[in-house]
Amino acid sequence: MNLLLDLWTVVAVVAGAFFFFAGTVGLLRFPDSLTRLHALTKADNLGLGLVVLGLLPQMESVSGGLKLVCIWLLVLVSGATAAQWIARSLRHSGPGP
Amino acid sequence: MIEVLNFGLAALILGLAVWIVIAREAPAAVVGFIVYGLLLTLVWLQLHGVDVALTEAAIGGGLTGVLLISAAVKLRSTESAARAQRPSRSTRWLAAGTSAAVTVALALCVLVLPVPAPTLAPEVVANIAVTEVGNPITAVLLAFRAMDTLLEAIVLVFALIGVWSLAPDGAWGGRPGPLQPADPNGMLAYVARVLPPIGIVAGVYIFWIGADHPGGKFQGATILAAMWLLVMMAGLVDAPPIRRTWLRRLLVAGPLAFIAIGMVGAVTAGAFLAYPQGFAKPLILAIEFALMPTLTLVLGLMLLGAPQRSEPP
Repeated sequence: MNLLLDLWTVVAVVAGAFFFFAGTVGLLRFPDSLTRLHALTKADNLGLGLVVLGLLPQMESVSGGLKLVCIWLLVLVSGATAAQWIARSLRHSGPGP
Repeated sequence: MIEVLNFGLAALILGLAVWIVIAREAPAAVVGFIVYGLLLTLVWLQLHGVDVALTEAAIGGGLTGVLLISAAVKLRSTESAARAQRPSRSTRWLAAGTSAAVTVALALCVLVLPVPAPTLAPEVVANIAVTEVGNPITAVLLAFRAMDTLLEAIVLVFALIGVWSLAPDGAWGGRPGPLQPADPNGMLAYVARVLPPIGIVAGVYIFWIGADHPGGKFQGATILAAMWLLVMMAGLVDAPPIRRTWLRRLLVAGPLAFIAIGMVGAVTAGAFLAYPQGFAKPLILAIEFALMPTLTLVLGLMLLGAPQRSEPP
């Protein structure tokens, strides 16, 4: 059972790291601000989500795990808001680089 | 393995610092500075200074970052003109030489420090039981070095008065900052309704837990101020006019309570800011409670800036 849980942690955290990596590559390589935002939100939402899900079996207490999930939810809210806000100001200021 | 990570972190911070100095655009340098604050937070965590890490993340990265962003936005119109006045070659060499000399002097100072460094930590640990506080940082800040914390709180109020004094005569006593256009269906208005309940609980929790674990009034007050600013930025409430009596009273309440408790100590325990035997923890809590609203208001109002809209008394 422990081995399975550890395996789950490794798989999920590696998958999360992959999303962070892909998001960073997208941030650096995508042509305009809107697509860069798209890449960034994937890293925030999916990457961090997978890392949190992967770390859950390693937590010693239930409240610790709940805190991790809360952090993920807060990052989801703040990431979505910031992305919306940036995209909105981009639309108002016209197509930029 | 952890050494490799530490080395990478140090290299990243040094590289970022150089980049911030040579960055041409002020907004880019500001963003670099915020990232620098977050990296410093990681360094403090690695050094097991969780209290400092929390403060660095809240004030060094967050609050200072927002202050610098608004400064960069205000400077945008004059930035190209300022850059056109390129200082002469000798001035630039002088500046570079002075900066390098300061860096070398600082490095020398660090290198000649005795190893192990002189420390008062064992004495703090030996005497912490007297204060009945579990977190040594809180014990140092509010019992052993309470004078520093008192002066810090007073300096913050003075800084706010300094910011206010930049107000034009007509706007004195009025509301700080421009009127925020409210979009009742906007994303920001939604977050400003959803996030504050969570943020207020988190801020009060960090404040309360500061007695025994990392946390405290500064970090908690920063979170509360951020929630207040969020609601104001979304246009859901307006900034208070600075002539309001309740505002002025709350601003001086914290330092005044601190001084009053210090005076009580002078009479009952023989020294200013000394706590009478057995009353240390309740008095420390009273000071923290009194300082919390003051700090929240000062931090929030400082970000709002000088009053700009006149308000009838």
